[in-house]
Amino acid sequence: MTIISRRKLITSAAIGAGGLLSGCDALNRNPAFQDMLSSAETANFTVQRALGNRMQLASEYSSADLSPVFRANGTRDPATPAYAASAAQGFADWQLRLTGLFEKPQMFSMAALQSLPQRTQITRHDCVEGWSAIGQWTGVPLKIFLDIARLQDSARFLVFHCADRLGGRPYYESIDLVDGFHPQTILAHRLNGEPLPVANGAPLRLRVERQLGYKQAKYITGIQAVASLDGIGEGKGGYWQDVANYEWYAGI
Amino acid sequence: MPKDVLISKHPRHRLATRLWHGINALCLLVLLMSGLTIFNAHPRLYWGEYGANDDYAWMAIGSSGRSGYLRLGDTRIETTGFLGNWQDSEGRTRTWAFPGWATIPSSYSLADGRRWHFFFAWIFAIGLTLFMIRSLWNRHIQKDLNMRKDEWRPSHIWRSLRDHTRISVIRQSWSEDYNVIQKLTYIGVIFILLPLMIFTGLAMSPAMDANWPLLTDLFGGRQSARSVHFLTAALLVLFFLIHMVMVLLSGPVRQVKAMILGGARKEPST
Repeated sequence: MTIISRRKLITSAAIGAGGLLSGCDALNRNPAFQDMLSSAETANFTVQRALGNRMQLASEYSSADLSPVFRANGTRDPATPAYAASAAQGFADWQLRLTGLFEKPQMFSMAALQSLPQRTQITRHDCVEGWSAIGQWTGVPLKIFLDIARLQDSARFLVFHCADRLGGRPYYESIDLVDGFHPQTILAHRLNGEPLPVANGAPLRLRVERQLGYKQAKYITGIQAVASLDGIGEGKGGYWQDVANYEWYAGI
Repeated sequence: MPKDVLISKHPRHRLATRLWHGINALCLLVLLMSGLTIFNAHPRLYWGEYGANDDYAWMAIGSSGRSGYLRLGDTRIETTGFLGNWQDSEGRTRTWAFPGWATIPSSYSLADGRRWHFFFAWIFAIGLTLFMIRSLWNRHIQKDLNMRKDEWRPSHIWRSLRDHTRISVIRQSWSEDYNVIQKLTYIGVIFILLPLMIFTGLAMSPAMDANWPLLTDLFGGRQSARSVHFLTAALLVLFFLIHMVMVLLSGPVRQVKAMILGGARKEPST
């Protein structure tokens, strides 16, 4: 009796394991199940925002803690003729355009941008894949631009447009105004005391230190203030959100 | 005394225990398999705050040529067919670290793996918290997992450990109170390993690093937290395997039945 039952148990466990795998893949393809899974993003966002002060700083390190090599990921060179031409002259002609729901939409040259107040911070870059690198970033706090160009009351998100394309689509990212006004959110143009290398997003990249690496948009050409993310790309707020199931909130 | 009264009034496993056991088993299975998908995105582990491809990894799974390998420190172990280089169900060679049969989803998708992981992480964390509260409240912890003074004697622990290698002793043990090895194991899993999974998981989050910087520091940095997260998961797999062997040796049908229906606390005299 026991032996038969035991054999039955083992057989059904093996069938169960096989069924579990194909079952999981079927669930993974089900839109309603995906919606249920993605509800964790709302929970993560709500709880992580509630746990700390909204202006709480991410850890900052000393120069002794720097990664010997700061790994580059994603696009390592936009390689378009326009980008190559700008890179050839040290990005002297690069323009940052502030568009959308600003009281005073305007453009900044790299020279104008470098004459604004600067912030230098040594922070840890956490990639969604699992690796981390510590680097020293210098750039203009995003708040400075927001104060100069002044957001309209209806603005809720800031969209960062980039010069690089991945799989034929332009890269973009977006953040809300809590991160937009956070003191460590900067448009960086220097890494480890040197002009930002092309592989790391020259001449301008976003640093939004309380989120993962894919939020740190590189090769920034413009910031668009919007009331909703609906009309941008496919409406999910970023390149990786549009092409795969990455979450807009990347605090974990 | 009729048998069913004994079962309903004094079940071997309380309702809260049985409910949590089922939910928790499902959560841990999904968390392990979706966790291996996430690990596959960067199959290298480091100590310290940072760590990427140019830094020294104490553990790495990879593929070179046609062979897969696991590297632990300076020791390289060939794992072709299992880790790093294996064939999927259609016979194609894949070079992801963990094979498709061990991951959710079975094909590589970091984004989907993360969705599964975080959703079930919430159920797991809430379930564990409620189980802990309920088990202190109904005195399951104090009554069944409490270590008596004499149980701390090394000779007692040693004897109990040896009993776990004797099939005849294991076969008779199914209706007895938990022995010292069971108590230590269940306390270790419930109060150390499972919370450690939650806290090392949170310690990898950049937002938590801003909210609770001490948490990441406690584990010696984000990459150390990632290593501890992986090693703790490996210990939980080890616990699961031994747990399964013990269930199979001590009478799997009555054990599984008791974990579903409750079972009887003392062996009914028939």
